[in-house]
Amino acid sequence: MVAPQQQKLRIAGPVAITGNRLGDGAVVWRTSSGDWSKAMSDAAVVTTSDAALALLHEAEADGVRAVAAYVAHVDLDAGGRAQPLNLRERIRTQGPTIMLPGEG
Amino acid sequence: MYIYDEYDRTFLLQRGAEFRDQVERRLAGALTEDEFKLLRLMNGVYLQLHAYMLRIAIPYGTLSSDQLRMLAHVARRYDRNYGHFTTRQNIQYHWIKLEEIPDAMADLATVGIHGIQTSGNCIRNVTTDQWAGAVPGEVDDPRVWAEIIRQWSTLHPEFSFLPRKFKIAVSAADEDRAAVLIHDIGLRLSRDKAGHLVFRVMVGGGLGRTPFIGKIIREDLPSEHLLSYLEAIVRVYNAEGRRDNIYKARIKILVHEIGAEEFARRVDTEWQAIKDGYLKLDDTAVDDIRARFRYPAFEQLQDAPFELAAALMNPAFARWHENSVARHKIPGHAIVTISLKPVGGTPGDATSEQMEAIADLADKFAFGEIRVGHEQNLCLPHVRQRDLPELWRALDAIGVATPNINLITDIISCPGLDYCSLANARSIPLAQELTERFADIERAKKVGRLHVNISGCINACGHHHIGHIGILGVDKNGKEFYQLTLGGKADEHAALGQLLGPAVPYDDVINVIERVVDAYLELRESEDEVFVETVKRLGIAPFKERAYVAG
Repeated sequence: MVAPQQQKLRIAGPVAITGNRLGDGAVVWRTSSGDWSKAMSDAAVVTTSDAALALLHEAEADGVRAVAAYVAHVDLDAGGRAQPLNLRERIRTQGPTIMLPGEG
Repeated sequence: MYIYDEYDRTFLLQRGAEFRDQVERRLAGALTEDEFKLLRLMNGVYLQLHAYMLRIAIPYGTLSSDQLRMLAHVARRYDRNYGHFTTRQNIQYHWIKLEEIPDAMADLATVGIHGIQTSGNCIRNVTTDQWAGAVPGEVDDPRVWAEIIRQWSTLHPEFSFLPRKFKIAVSAADEDRAAVLIHDIGLRLSRDKAGHLVFRVMVGGGLGRTPFIGKIIREDLPSEHLLSYLEAIVRVYNAEGRRDNIYKARIKILVHEIGAEEFARRVDTEWQAIKDGYLKLDDTAVDDIRARFRYPAFEQLQDAPFELAAALMNPAFARWHENSVARHKIPGHAIVTISLKPVGGTPGDATSEQMEAIADLADKFAFGEIRVGHEQNLCLPHVRQRDLPELWRALDAIGVATPNINLITDIISCPGLDYCSLANARSIPLAQELTERFADIERAKKVGRLHVNISGCINACGHHHIGHIGILGVDKNGKEFYQLTLGGKADEHAALGQLLGPAVPYDDVINVIERVVDAYLELRESEDEVFVETVKRLGIAPFKERAYVAG
């Protein structure tokens, strides 16, 4: 049986690598310089499964700064920067869609 | 209240120090995430969409005012000033930092609470009736037995790595408020003809992707054999439950596959070998635990004192009293449910200020004791009736006196996709919209008892299968859709709801529910026939007919 990390990814469109920062769990995105950024627009965007897997493996090897890394399909803005494609990533990057208790 | 001893306090401090060391090693890179994940889960630490989540056990839903104040402090100091009370009578913090969790745990340990066994494949927090020790007609205080189970199951060396998580609930009153039939083990306490305490033992209940109602495997189990019989059940499960497929690993699958009769036979074989061993409960051991539950020194009072009679002239107070106050076993006293379901709010959430105010009110009016119910509301179990008007004014002032207990806006909801990494769809915004649609309390009263349960995925943390109306979020090509079920029940006649029809998109859910409710109002035989009875009498068809007609 092939481990999920070794399976070929099916990629339809641009993707980026995301995870959570180890110390506080904040959502972070893997940048092209091998850092992690809280800004999704800083994410390195690739469009092939080989490139995505390479980025993912690098991210997973960096298990001290961020955890639970995975490949997320993303949208691109006019400048080619990553934006949330689906509701899950929108909530991860922008926060809950509800007001938190005590707010407002 | 149960009073912890030195052993409990020392254990919590040691456990906290151990976890602090594990966190430090993880942050320094000495532990990998794979190594650390198991350790953090054993202490109730999850990783969710935006942050870590810390789940704190509230054994059998009982809190002292000091413990509630500490929960408020942790919310303020380490989180975003609120906590979320869950269907397991626990509390969760959704924004906590891993770096700060050891400090939060140390603070919690000062009042005897922790996150141990709130996650992982072990025996979880034992739940019971939030009205335990207060409700008339109860055969015994079920918390005594829940505490015995808690002591037996905490760090049980044989049961730390079960095939899957394991949940036990105990009930001792005529009306089951602990949903025992949907637990891995459900226990109903009664007395036999000779007056001895005995348990009805049910196994294999549970929700999730394969829901089952528990099956009775033993009537009249003598109470002295409770632990040995539980040990036998969990041993059979531990040995024979599936570990090859997470979706088939709960005890309900084993019981279903081999049948309740065969399961009971295997348990009995195991039990015969251990029933008279060290787990047999002698009266001294039970009395020792019973003695550590402190009960209030109730005054001798009359029911319906003049202060209450006068206050009932106020329609707003009368409405709350009718809805949220229940009869107590001691004359002149009452049980008060505190609604954490304000219109437009998040079911089960309370701010630090609300928790502190409720703790102060518990000290002033309720002997310093608070309960958490699986319906995600709080409860003051022992209130003098003469104090109800003043208590109501104070609760109303902090926004927790909505008179909607057991009505359509008293919604049970999981956190859903707004927080949870497992969810397919959001739960909370739907709950909020539904409370707004039925904000008119007279309208909600006209509809009557109607439990709505919402889960954001098939894991069913919102217990949608047993909602009178159940709502399950599903993903359809990246869009939020919701399946509706009707006719589920969580009580002593527990039942699973039936699917109403095709899933509907987010924007249509509230309209569909409103049409289902309108259909009920049209179809019920009388105002006394509650929603779930009408569904039982007529089946799904007449509701389906009306629900999918475009409004």
